[in-house]
Amino acid sequence: MLNEKKKLNKGSLITLIIILVFLIATIVLENTINPNSLLFTVIRKAAVYSLVAVSMNLLNGFTGLFSLGQAGFMLLGAYTYAILTIPNDVRDIIYYLFQGSSFHVSTVGFFEGILGDTGVAAFISMILGVIIAIVAGGLVAALVAYLIGLPVLRLKSDYLAIATLGFAEILRAIFQWDKLGKITNGANALRGYPTFSDFNIKAENGATVLRLSSFIPLLFAGICILVIVLLINSSYGRAFKAIRDDEVAAEAMGINLAKHKMMSFCISSFFAGVGGALFAMFASTVQAKTFTSAMTYEIFLIVVIGGIGSISGSCIASFLYIACSEWWLRFLDNTQYINGTQLPLFRNGFRMVVFSVVIMVIVLFFRDGLFGDKELPDLFKKRRVKKDGE
Amino acid sequence: MEFAVSQILSGISLGGQYALIAIGYTMVYGILRLINFAHGDVFMIAGIMMIYMATTLPLYIAIPAMIICTVLLGFLIERAAYKPLRAAPRMSVMISAIGVSYLLQNLALYITGGQPKTYPRIPWISDTVTIFGARTYVVTLVTPFLVIALVVALTLLINHTKIGIAMRAVSKDFETSQLMGVKINTVISVTFIIGSFLAAVGSVLYFTNYPTVVPMSGAMPGLKAFVAAVFGGIGSIPGAVIGAFIIGICETLIKGTDYAIFSDAFTFALLIVILVAKPTGIFGEKTTDKV
Repeated sequence: MLNEKKKLNKGSLITLIIILVFLIATIVLENTINPNSLLFTVIRKAAVYSLVAVSMNLLNGFTGLFSLGQAGFMLLGAYTYAILTIPNDVRDIIYYLFQGSSFHVSTVGFFEGILGDTGVAAFISMILGVIIAIVAGGLVAALVAYLIGLPVLRLKSDYLAIATLGFAEILRAIFQWDKLGKITNGANALRGYPTFSDFNIKAENGATVLRLSSFIPLLFAGICILVIVLLINSSYGRAFKAIRDDEVAAEAMGINLAKHKMMSFCISSFFAGVGGALFAMFASTVQAKTFTSAMTYEIFLIVVIGGIGSISGSCIASFLYIACSEWWLRFLDNTQYINGTQLPLFRNGFRMVVFSVVIMVIVLFFRDGLFGDKELPDLFKKRRVKKDGE
Repeated sequence: MEFAVSQILSGISLGGQYALIAIGYTMVYGILRLINFAHGDVFMIAGIMMIYMATTLPLYIAIPAMIICTVLLGFLIERAAYKPLRAAPRMSVMISAIGVSYLLQNLALYITGGQPKTYPRIPWISDTVTIFGARTYVVTLVTPFLVIALVVALTLLINHTKIGIAMRAVSKDFETSQLMGVKINTVISVTFIIGSFLAAVGSVLYFTNYPTVVPMSGAMPGLKAFVAAVFGGIGSIPGAVIGAFIIGICETLIKGTDYAIFSDAFTFALLIVILVAKPTGIFGEKTTDKV
């Protein structure tokens, strides 16, 4: 009884409504306005980034393990996804530099073999194949995280950060190695696998009936984030927070440090891998050189802007961050005129300079970020408490 | 034979260039316990400044002017981005460092317009010489000697001057030295000035060998120099120099084999092995955590 009341307090309810309205609005907008609008690119990319940011927050904000390996785990997820879902008939074309691929299992093809490859059956087998490949991407990332974690989780704070950063760089080099070309396609891009736009439901004649290409990433990312939220609110999550707040005290209270750190590291990497798979779907090509440490820094800055230790903060920050960098600040890159005189400074690249100055201001003067360690429901709760007080 | 000689020579020279950057990392870490992620980008900005200055000024003015500007940049970064966070948790300062690095890279991208820029030829050190049949730049031969001279000068500074004593005191115990009347801010500023100066000198040597400058060209040398600092034991200047030479030589040797793609990865593998086996590095002091 008490629990039910707790779960359905006003704040959570409002948050739930906001999320639902956002999801519905996405579907409605996508099917009414121009589907090539930048808005949808922003939604897709931000959905992917918010998942990765939340996974990084789980590690950095909730467990207090300062890891900078996120791009490496994304790379693992993205490659696993791409390798598993490239259709067999285009595989040899994509791998032409290495005389074909040595890997001939396509999850989508596998389900098509069972269910049939026409109409609805093809669509369902595509969905099943994609989901399995995404999960496989997460599992590969988690497995590698386990192996990496054995040595590096003994390190503390900045040493851990630099070691995980190093591992991400090593992974990137391995995937670009031409001896593995038959699997990874070396330094060349992988493409041809199902992307978000394949989720648009099409009629027999090829006309699009219902566009879901922005809704699907939101849905996938949303489910994963929900799982992370549930995890954080469980007893494991409390153990993670205890480790963050005071390792020695947590150990004294009977929390197995090594076990919980490893668990947090693997789970975070799992979702980073899933995020990587989604990123592959967003970008429609996978290339190892995309997943640099600059990408990790970018995600880390999103976590900081949202507030270290706030899930909803990370989500909102990634939407703001992506919208600013991809859309709202675009005008800074073009030459601007006022009354016919050209304004100075406005040219290619100015956007990112302004953007990074804004980030520095946030880092220096608003150190808690948008939310600090609060969540969206807390904000509504607070307002209610204040009203009661009045 | 010629190949081996030229490999080893360029390895030593690359190591020397890393050493100059690594000293900046190790000194800042020793005093502030901060991985100054922006240091590699200061090094890159030094390269870009040189390119722009050399187009208008004669070299004998451009080089000192570039070094002064880089030193100023390092000083300003410390004052603007790290000083306000002195009382904040260590993680905030590190975030700030990542932010500065992001800012410098974007600034460089804006200034250069994303085009790779070619470093100016500097007379004498850009000339080629032949040693044991191996052709190489003069800079390859000059670098190790210059590095050793600078390190000796730095060691003298640290061991025998007042500011050097203050630096050692601060790196030993931040709070106590503050209580003893050491002007923390001056010491930290001097550390950043020395670090930036060495990075500026390093950039002249490095970009003479690898004459293309792009906004990302500071990131990798920066990380490797940091690895060198960790390898040698963070906070120890001789350690950083030796670490840098080892990494430079190994990297160049690997680049000459079929496994060239792993030349960057090797550095990080080395880092992880060191961190796991001997986290304090070769020359690092043992620390014990008190509960």
